[in-house]
Amino acid sequence: MEYFLDQIINGLQLGLMYALIALGYTMVYGVVKLINFAHGDVFMVGAFVGYFGFTQWGLSVPLAVLTAMAVCSILGVIIEKIAYRPLRYAPKISVLISALGVSLFLEYFCSLKFVFGPNYRVVTRPFQEMHWNIMGVTITNIQVIVFFTVLIMLLLLQFLLYRTKVGTAMRTVSVDHDAARLMGVNVDNTISLTFAIGSAFAAAGGVLYAIAYPQIHPFMGIMPGLKAFTAAVLGGIGIIPGAVLGAIIMGQVETLTSAFLSSQLRDAIAFLILILVLLIRPTGILGRNEPDKV
Amino acid sequence: MQKSKWGSFIIIAAVTLVVYAVVRTLETMGLIDQYWQRVLDQALIMTIGALGLSIIYGFTGQFSLGHAAFYGLGAYSAGLFSKVYNSDHNLLLFMVSLLVGAAVAGLVALVIGLPILRLRSDYLGIATLGFGIIVKVGMDNFNKLIPALGGATGMSGTPQLANFDWLFIVALLVIILVRNFVYSTYGRACTAVREDEIAADVLGINTTNTKVIAFVLGCALAGLAGGMYAHRYPFLHPSSFDFLKSFDFLLVVVLGGLGSITGTVVTAVAWVFLLEVLRFVLGQTFIDFRGVIYALILIIAIIVRPQGIFSGREIGFLVPKPFSTLVGRKDGVNAGTGS
Repeated sequence: MEYFLDQIINGLQLGLMYALIALGYTMVYGVVKLINFAHGDVFMVGAFVGYFGFTQWGLSVPLAVLTAMAVCSILGVIIEKIAYRPLRYAPKISVLISALGVSLFLEYFCSLKFVFGPNYRVVTRPFQEMHWNIMGVTITNIQVIVFFTVLIMLLLLQFLLYRTKVGTAMRTVSVDHDAARLMGVNVDNTISLTFAIGSAFAAAGGVLYAIAYPQIHPFMGIMPGLKAFTAAVLGGIGIIPGAVLGAIIMGQVETLTSAFLSSQLRDAIAFLILILVLLIRPTGILGRNEPDKV
Repeated sequence: MQKSKWGSFIIIAAVTLVVYAVVRTLETMGLIDQYWQRVLDQALIMTIGALGLSIIYGFTGQFSLGHAAFYGLGAYSAGLFSKVYNSDHNLLLFMVSLLVGAAVAGLVALVIGLPILRLRSDYLGIATLGFGIIVKVGMDNFNKLIPALGGATGMSGTPQLANFDWLFIVALLVIILVRNFVYSTYGRACTAVREDEIAADVLGINTTNTKVIAFVLGCALAGLAGGMYAHRYPFLHPSSFDFLKSFDFLLVVVLGGLGSITGTVVTAVAWVFLLEVLRFVLGQTFIDFRGVIYALILIIAIIVRPQGIFSGREIGFLVPKPFSTLVGRKDGVNAGTGS
């Protein structure tokens, strides 16, 4: 029983990190209807910048997280400008192929020797891991940090989307580009901003991930990226609470699979869920059914 | 009518013989060494697999990111069949094993395709991508069921029977098969589905059937290519059939131009050679740059020339007479990039 509860907590930790990535997927999808394949690699860049921040540049952890967020939001905006904007009115698949290209580019570019190098790096944690035993359940300080960071970021996002002008603009653009433009919303800037925020969230997720599972390499973003995407689809893509809900479910499924079945099966099960969701309820748990328009 | 039919046949035969003779002559003159022979064979295998994806995506518009999974299934099942039943290097059994590879890939495609082909464009891509990853996990672990398959350590011991002659003949047969399929009633139904699924439905085309037929045929060709691969290169490893390999096929089909057999064939061969030439020119130290160059080519190509190099055009003899005035024109039957 204690083992089970420990795994639930571990799953929550993983799920909350997936939530940070899934938010970027879901926001970008909401605004430009694009599956941003490169998102997982932005997460990777965030992890690396954070790692350099607290190991080599001597930054404190919160400062390292903020640096990573800043770098990645610029990266996200540049990616959108170069690779997606010229294709905004092209067929969906063209943009998807471009996104795949950006993803591969980031992975291989970061593997070059003068960038990050192709090898695994072990992250030396900036602080000691501590274990607390609360009524038989083990909780680490890292889990507490992850929990509160994600909570704060979610509240910030909620505030931004529903209490500010740019948030309203983002919600407007996600409904209809042309109507938003008619209402005086600067659509291009709003899309850039969405990419910036989504990438910043992924970067924060990346730094937390590097601290929690202390090993980073240029291809580390692929699997978390795809699983976070699965989470976004599971919760209903384009819906922000859905992304968080889906991510928490994915975290639990993955942790429980590796704890009680087999750790090799966890990827297969994650994608089995993805395919089943797409087939049975493509709008996701919180999504509403909209009929196809001719 | 009869005369023009023979005309195109003679041209095909002539071109084939010339290509074959040139390669063979270069080989006997020693201008193609073992290394480049391997590259050439790889190019032919790529051609067969890419033509499969060309049917699925280029002609029917069904976006698949899991093509390498079927390629791998074909490779492993054909390899396993040969390894178990063909220890005496029998050519008949070799052909049977190729068919087994194609059949396994086709059957799996049928089982998978029936449910997931209901999905549209990018969602279909994601679902096939997920399927590809599941198959890869399976390949890493299926030595627990059948030890001969080797799992994550790789499989060796298949008889090396596929040489250039075999590959050349099979590739040629596949090109003819694809050409005949594309201009058949089924093939034109596929193009109609690609252009507009609802309109095709209204015209009385059974869109589900059409999509499944195209998917199964395309995946069976991937399986055939895999079977060839298993008999040409002695070592099979799951990492040769991962997501990046699917991406390879996709790149060839997109760069060549959707809805163009010529484009797919030329790009498949050119692509494999380009990678090797890059390795040659840039040297071992620059091998790391391959992935970067690869990605940049794709991004630039899709932005600058989304219709691909050949943009739906075909070399004359790949188009049957009744269509020859239509193909490649702006309003032609195969124009457009699909969506």
